[in-house]
Amino acid sequence: MCTTCGCNHEDTHHDHEHQHHDQDHHHAHSHSHHHDHPAKDSLAEKTIAVEADILSKNNRLARENRDLFFRKGVFVLNLVSSPGSGKTSILERTLTDMKESCRCAVIEGDQQTDNDAVRISATGVPVKQVNTGAGCHLDAHMVCHAVDAFDLDDLDVLMIENVGNLVCPASFDLGEHHKVVVLSVTEGEDKPLKYPAMFHNADVMLLNKVDLLPHVDFDAAKCKEMARRVNPDIVIFDVSSKTGEGMEAWYQWIASRTRKG
Amino acid sequence: MHELSITQGVVDICESSADGRRITAVVLEIGQLSGVIPEAVEFCFQACTRGTLLEGARLILERVPARGRCEECAGEFHLGTYYEPCPACGSYRVTILSGEELRVKELEVD
Repeated sequence: MCTTCGCNHEDTHHDHEHQHHDQDHHHAHSHSHHHDHPAKDSLAEKTIAVEADILSKNNRLARENRDLFFRKGVFVLNLVSSPGSGKTSILERTLTDMKESCRCAVIEGDQQTDNDAVRISATGVPVKQVNTGAGCHLDAHMVCHAVDAFDLDDLDVLMIENVGNLVCPASFDLGEHHKVVVLSVTEGEDKPLKYPAMFHNADVMLLNKVDLLPHVDFDAAKCKEMARRVNPDIVIFDVSSKTGEGMEAWYQWIASRTRKG
Repeated sequence: MHELSITQGVVDICESSADGRRITAVVLEIGQLSGVIPEAVEFCFQACTRGTLLEGARLILERVPARGRCEECAGEFHLGTYYEPCPACGSYRVTILSGEELRVKELEVD
């Protein structure tokens, strides 16, 4: 049994420390008596004040992931977007261009298939595919097991490609340093307002497929203005994973944040 | 449909708080900005509680309104979304004070 999360995952090794209790749970028992005969708790209906965060288990595991990444000096990015924005293509280009200067690995999240892992694998970078089945997002528990596939001491950067979905992954901290939201110019420019939680929680936005701007009705300035309404501090890079335009600034942003160099 | 995992989280928390007693009602606090649709939680609740201490329990959802504080003028105001400017000075630099809650508030047990 996994000693971090208590799950019955058996085919992995675990180097994380044991934690016995979920510190976010408070059990304050109060008794509300709806009967006239006192001191008969067994007959009385009871109200239990719980006051527990529903995401506390995920958040605890995310904190443990984050502590592990900090101890190992690995810079971790969680790439989120709708399906088809070009997350995998951005990763392929980024890994190909950065793998000489920076030791990278990738966790690929999809509901089904290992197609993306096969594409990443072709770059020569280690990759672990996680299939969520019916699940619409990765969670901290999946990541805590997926990282067992890598020797974190030999890594500078871990990229996690989340399930293509602009809603659900916003709520689930994986222990990453930054969420990076990818939006492509073939989508609606008002997506930051339609899916505000994701753009609010992301620190970086990659505006992808900018090579197509002359051919589509996409007002990039308006899109960025909407993203900054939701998140005034969001860092935005205009990129094309196809032509390589703008990618260098993105690489420098990553490289300046890795500790091992 | 992450409401399924959210609702499963509710069941786990309730079962570990109820000391083996049957739960007759559960009260959840769901913030306006939490991204969780109350109707979807209600939809998942029946499926997730089958065969648990929560089977047949009443689900009471309390919506928590969103409030923000403007980082420019320090004014506090109600928010409907993440992208509403401060009504006093127009700044979008807003700290969320409430509205992101996803909590099990209390249980009623037999």
